[in-house]
Amino acid sequence: MKQKYEFSVQSHRFINSAGKALMPLPARYADLQLLEQAYEQMVLIRTFDQKAIALQRTGKIGTYPSVLGHEAINIGAGLALHQEDVFAPYYRDLGIQYLRGVSFVEQLMYWGGDERGSCYAKQPEDLPICVPIATQFCHAAGVASAIKFRQQARAVLVSGGDGSTSKGDFLESLNLAGAWQLPLVFLVSNNQWAISTPRYLQCHAETLAQKAIGAGIPGVQVDGNDFVAVHDTLTDALTRARTGHGPTLVEAVTYRLGDHTTADDASRYRSQEDLKKAWEEEPIKRLRLYLSSQNAWDEKREQALLQRCKVTVEKAVADYAAIEPDVPTAMFDHLFATLPEDLHDQYEELRRQTQEASHD
Amino acid sequence: MTNMTMVEAINLAMAHELNADPDLLVMGEDVGMNGGVFRATVDLRKEFGRTRVIDTPLAETMIVGTAIGMATQGLHPVAEIQFMGFVYPAMEQLICHAARMRNRTRGRLSCPLVIRAPFGGGIHAPEHHSESTEALFAHIPGLRVVIPSSPLRAYRLLLAAIRNPDPVIFLEPKRIYRAVSQPVDDNGEALPLDTCFTLREGSDLTLISWGAMVQETLKAADHLKQQNVHCEVIDVATVSPLDRRTLIASVCKTGRAVIVHEAPRHCGVGAEIAATLQEHCLLDLKAPVKRVTGYDTIMPYLRQELRYMPSVERILSAANEVINFGS
Repeated sequence: MKQKYEFSVQSHRFINSAGKALMPLPARYADLQLLEQAYEQMVLIRTFDQKAIALQRTGKIGTYPSVLGHEAINIGAGLALHQEDVFAPYYRDLGIQYLRGVSFVEQLMYWGGDERGSCYAKQPEDLPICVPIATQFCHAAGVASAIKFRQQARAVLVSGGDGSTSKGDFLESLNLAGAWQLPLVFLVSNNQWAISTPRYLQCHAETLAQKAIGAGIPGVQVDGNDFVAVHDTLTDALTRARTGHGPTLVEAVTYRLGDHTTADDASRYRSQEDLKKAWEEEPIKRLRLYLSSQNAWDEKREQALLQRCKVTVEKAVADYAAIEPDVPTAMFDHLFATLPEDLHDQYEELRRQTQEASHD
Repeated sequence: MTNMTMVEAINLAMAHELNADPDLLVMGEDVGMNGGVFRATVDLRKEFGRTRVIDTPLAETMIVGTAIGMATQGLHPVAEIQFMGFVYPAMEQLICHAARMRNRTRGRLSCPLVIRAPFGGGIHAPEHHSESTEALFAHIPGLRVVIPSSPLRAYRLLLAAIRNPDPVIFLEPKRIYRAVSQPVDDNGEALPLDTCFTLREGSDLTLISWGAMVQETLKAADHLKQQNVHCEVIDVATVSPLDRRTLIASVCKTGRAVIVHEAPRHCGVGAEIAATLQEHCLLDLKAPVKRVTGYDTIMPYLRQELRYMPSVERILSAANEVINFGS
């Protein structure tokens, strides 16, 4: 028997949990400005995230999925994308979307139950938040096909969780991306949990990155708590996609430090010890330690940043609170480009009821 | 003007729009080199190239999901699902995304795509190849469901489906793909997408049908004419959204209705039509609205399939019951 082909999966990490560089950082991080910017955005995202959970607890928004622990992945991916790229999110991509121009107010509208939250005033092409698991991978493959068909130098980034890699939509899209050599980067945020199902029950493979091998495309694992590893790897993968060198799968390994959503209670299925251990790896502290070690961060800057984040988030919450609910008949307005005659009666029925209710 | 079958007319409509619309793509399993298992896409790849007539991997979820992504970028994909019986893996994509993309982005993105699928029984096909499940799609807000019943209407309705800015499920009754020929002029003229077609005018009884069953219904109408019963025959054609106005007007005039469809009766589109008729025509009705449909059973395999499908005899029997009601 002869060896037909050999496969291996690489794993990238530059900065460890103590904030120490394990090797010289790539040149693009030399002047520290990018890392400072990343750090500030990560802290802003965490500030908003905590506020959103509080808003859910007080009934101001509906169920909300926290991104606690995903900050390096979110900001690393967001900063690696170019404005003209297209992003297809899942529901734990707050930071990527924020950097793409989706405002906190739009996020609060969406999670607060207002369809207008997906209008994305500053982001005409990105897909809306995708709740049905893994379905977004197929849409991203379609967007990437359109970009390839039109011979544009743009890339598509699509994102999902570890659980999503068990679904056919993921595998079918990965397969297509390979067969058609699409300008598409798959980002899997492996946070160890699909609600209560741990990573080891999801799949027997040693890494999720190796699922790329079956599709004939590069697959790589990165430390998802290390901004540099995430950003550096995605920057290269997106560059390859934009320049006609095909798709890549990037598995970013992190830990979901919060509950699945505000409707979940993770203490039912995982131990406090595991959670405590995971907090030692968390992404924000390690980047702060690194920046401090380079004399690029101190307590004074930290306090000033926290204050700025608080103001930004409070402003968004106030703006959100001032938004009136949409008119009820809006549920008909965007069902089709033009409302079919068959629905005119139902439209009128709702309009009349709304008018009568407002006179009560 | 050329005499052609329905499957040729469908091919012609796609060729016409591939010429007219540079954003149009045809995609699916075996649609390129092979020209489709029913030859609906024959020669399109030769004429328009492999970047516009695309053989996909064998994965229905991905075909529909990818078409959705393309459509959000302003392309107009016409995706073939080889048989309706294989569309079900893609139902999540159709229901959760194709039907909702415009609504959930409040018009920022839309989904101008067509899913073509051959459906229905009567051609002695294997298991899973013969069902009629149009009601599954008709129940989904945001989807249009269109079913042609003649070569000319197939050509013109497919043009309309392709040009429509929203997702259209275009179901092709494969039993009559080649059963009927008629002259079709390749003039690019489309039909409206939410209008019934009155094929015969009559005063005694309204026969309502769509798809392959329109042929059986017309034959039944011929028999009834010999009995001096003058039937109005309506091809519903767009089962969603429904053209209720035409149906109501006809049944208020004739006072009698028989609905004929191949799909199972329970929660079928016929039930929606019957409910509409009792809401709007009650005092004009001279008899209960009858349905002649497939049974509420699993579609039998080919040896028994004709026992399952409405026949001219079953339609005549129902029509006579309605005509003789109360006498």
